[in-house]
Amino acid sequence: MARVVVDVVLKPEILDPQGQAIVGALGRLGIHGVHDVRQGKHFELDVDDAVDDATVARLADTLLANPVIENFSIRRA
Amino acid sequence: MRVGVVTFPGSLDDRDAARAVRVAGGEAVPLWHADPSLHDVDAVILPGGFSYGDYLRCGAIARFAPVMDSIVLAAHDGLPVLGICNGFQVLCEAHLLPGALIRNDSRRFVCRDQLLAVENTGTRWTAHYRQGQEILIPIKNGEGGYVADKRTLDELEASGRVVVRYAGGNPNGSYRDIAGISNEAGNVVGLMPHPEHAVEALTGPGTDGLGFFASLLGVAA
Repeated sequence: MARVVVDVVLKPEILDPQGQAIVGALGRLGIHGVHDVRQGKHFELDVDDAVDDATVARLADTLLANPVIENFSIRRA
Repeated sequence: MRVGVVTFPGSLDDRDAARAVRVAGGEAVPLWHADPSLHDVDAVILPGGFSYGDYLRCGAIARFAPVMDSIVLAAHDGLPVLGICNGFQVLCEAHLLPGALIRNDSRRFVCRDQLLAVENTGTRWTAHYRQGQEILIPIKNGEGGYVADKRTLDELEASGRVVVRYAGGNPNGSYRDIAGISNEAGNVVGLMPHPEHAVEALTGPGTDGLGFFASLLGVAA
């Protein structure tokens, strides 16, 4: 078994209203100096050793991320 | 005409969509997400709601439902398909329509009667409207912001595939005020507002939504 981590973030040009809400909340928390927050998704997959990188890339590209609006990165933990 | 209405786990507006079909004079046929058969329907409606709890992304899980494989194949062969709200999100995730829908720029769930301009009356779902006609139908969504890259947006505009556009204010930050689009052939249409909630004066702001269903059935609205 191997642990594969996939991180998904909105593309830079796509508005992230949730990230903006977090920036606003940080100000109310009394923390200043944080100018921007981009919220994303973090997936941890336990996979058989036989599951190769191409397969992981395919599942990330077709299900975990929507390539129209999101970028993803893959690493083996 | 038999019009299938799909129910996914978490669909909300399947009954209203079926009722709209009946009000327009058609036969509504319930379709189940786990059943790949389309039961010989002549058209399909993907209704609003929160399929699979909007987990992962709105429409992302529904896209892989067994019934969707059949709908995608049939849509490529010309089957009329209408996606309303969550149904629009499913159509985008299934790549039957380009672009995607993201959280409203206002960060608020929007629920109101919305003015739309009908810009394409050449689709299977909008033939009964007049070009440029303004209609009032409800909108209710938290993730209704339509986005696509500039090339896709330019292509949609140039080919007349923007079917309905928000008028009198953009409720959710949709690029170019786009409320609904069609595929190239015009048989697949998706929109965020809810025409099925505006088919009877008793329960809606009017009957402006009836035209979508009447257009399909080829009857007067």
